[in-house]
Amino acid sequence: MQSLYAVFKKEFRDHFGSNRFVILFALIAMVSLITSYMAGVHMKENLEGLANTRFPFLQLFSIPGALFSMVQFVAFFGPLIGLVLGFDSINRERAHGTLIKVISQPIYRDAVINGKFLAGVITISIMLLSIVFVISGLGLVVVGLVPSIEEVWRLLFYLIISIFYISLWLGVSILFSISFRSIATSALASVALWIFLSFFITLGADLVANTIVPVEAKGQSSPEVVIKNIRVKEAVSLISPMVLYSEATNTIIDPMRKTTRSMILMGPMEKLLASRFQNPLSFGQSILVVFPHIMALIAITFICFAISYTIFMMQEIRK
Amino acid sequence: MDGERVIETVDLSKQYGKQIAVDKLNLNVEEGEIFGFLGPNGAGKTTTLLMLLGLCEPSGGSASVCGVDPLRNGRDVKRLVGYLPENVGFYEDMNAIQSLEYVASLNGISKKSASPKIAELLDLVQLRKDEKKKVGAFSRGMRQRLGIAEVLIKEPKLLFLDEPTLGLDPDGARRLIDLIRSLNHESGMTVLLSSHNLYQVQEISHRVGIMISGKMVADGSIESLANEKFGVGEKDYSLEEIYMKYFQEV
Repeated sequence: MQSLYAVFKKEFRDHFGSNRFVILFALIAMVSLITSYMAGVHMKENLEGLANTRFPFLQLFSIPGALFSMVQFVAFFGPLIGLVLGFDSINRERAHGTLIKVISQPIYRDAVINGKFLAGVITISIMLLSIVFVISGLGLVVVGLVPSIEEVWRLLFYLIISIFYISLWLGVSILFSISFRSIATSALASVALWIFLSFFITLGADLVANTIVPVEAKGQSSPEVVIKNIRVKEAVSLISPMVLYSEATNTIIDPMRKTTRSMILMGPMEKLLASRFQNPLSFGQSILVVFPHIMALIAITFICFAISYTIFMMQEIRK
Repeated sequence: MDGERVIETVDLSKQYGKQIAVDKLNLNVEEGEIFGFLGPNGAGKTTTLLMLLGLCEPSGGSASVCGVDPLRNGRDVKRLVGYLPENVGFYEDMNAIQSLEYVASLNGISKKSASPKIAELLDLVQLRKDEKKKVGAFSRGMRQRLGIAEVLIKEPKLLFLDEPTLGLDPDGARRLIDLIRSLNHESGMTVLLSSHNLYQVQEISHRVGIMISGKMVADGSIESLANEKFGVGEKDYSLEEIYMKYFQEV
C-alpha cells in the first residue's frame, strides 16, 4: 500500500506539473465555458419558452450553444484527456531506464501500474469536477438559475459516468503504452482507435446494417425492414464507447428523454400527443433506462485495465 | 575471505526460446567480498543478476540470496539487494534530493527519517553542491554517483553493480571505484561487480568469475586463475591476459 501511495503521489504531481496537462486543461475549460456561456445567452433570449421547463439548470449542459453542447463536447473530446494522460506512461519509463530502477525496489510490481492508473483517474475527476463547478457558477451569475436537488443529483451522476468514460480511454492508452515500446507508436495507435470508434463507427454501422438488412430507396421497403435496419445500425454503433456514453448522459442530463432510442416513423398526430402529455422521467427511472449502457462502460473500463495489468505483470523488464 | 555464502545458485538456467542465455550456472559469492563478474557482451551477466533479484524467472535450477529464494520472495530479496542497472535512468525533471526522496518512499522510508540520510549520502557521493540541480543537467559521472546513492538509501547488504564505470572519464571512474572499495571496506557490503574494465576489476576484486555464452568458465581469485593458466609462481599476469586466454579457449 505504501509503495502504491508513493507511485501515486509522484504520478499525480507529474500530471499537474506537466505542460501538456496545463495546455489541455486550459483548452477544455475554455471550450466548455464558451459552450455553456452560449447556452446561457440562448436561454436568456428565449426565457419565455423556457418558463414551462422543469429543469432549466441542466440545459446549460445540454443545449447546443454555438456548435455543440457541453455534454457533446465531453463525449467527443473527453477521450483526448485520457489518451494524453496515459499514452506514454509505461514506455517512457522504459525508454529512460527508470522502470527497472523502480521495480528493483522492494515493491510489488503492480504498485506501478495501479499507482499510475489511480493518479490518472483522480486527475480526470478533479478536472471534470472543476469544469462542472465553473459552469454551474456561470449559470448562477449569467442566467441567474439555481439548481434543484434533483438537478444536483443528475449532475453528480453525469460526473461519475464521465469519469468512467474518460478513465476507459486512460486504460486504453496505458494498455498501448505497455504493448508498444515506442512512444510515437502508442500515441498514434490510441489516437487512431479513438478516431475510429468515435467518428467512423457510424459509417461502419451503416455499412453493416445495409448489408445485413438492405433497405430499398424511395421508401419501397416495408416498415419492418426499416426498423430492423435501424436496430442493426444501433447495435453496431454501440461498440463505440462514445455512443454508449452519449446515450447514457443525454438521458441523465435531459429528463424529458424517455429512451435511448431515437423515435422515428411517428405520424404528426402521434407527435403532438406525445409532446402534450410529456412529463419528465424521475431520476431513478432515467438511471434504469441507461443502466445497461453504464454497466457496459464500467465493464469495458475494467476489462481494459485488467488486460494492461496482466500484460504488465507477465512482461520481462530488462530496462 | 571465508564468510557465509550470500549468493548461491545451483544449475541456474535461462532460456529464451531456443537460445540459452544462462546455462546451468553455479555461482557462489561469500559475505564481505567484491566479486568481479566478467564476460563479453551478451554472455548472460545481466540476465543472471535479474534472476537473482527475482525480476526474471529462471527456466531451471535454483538460486538463493542471503538464504531467500528470489523467485518466491522477490520483495524480500529486493529489500536486501541494491541493484544499479547498466545505464541507470532518472526522472530528468527532478533534482538529486527529489530523486532520492522518491526512491526512499518506494522503500517505505518516511520523508522525515529520509532527509538526514539523504544529506549523508549526498556527502558520500560528493553531490552535495549539486543537490538542487535537475538530474537532466547531470554529467555521466554525476548520474552514476547519484545512482549509487539511490541504491544505498535502503541500506542494502549486497550491491549488484552492472557496468558502473561504463563511459566514465578516468577521474570519474577512479572516484567510483574508490567509493565501491570504501563501501566494501567500511560497511562490509558484499559487491557483485559486472564490468568490462579489467584493470579496475583486478584492482578491487577479491575473486572473479568469467562467464562466456551462459557458462561460468572460471571462478576464483586472480592468482589462482593465473596459476591455472600460466603455471605456478607466475604472479605478474594481468587479468586481461588471463581473460583473453580463457576467451580464446572457448
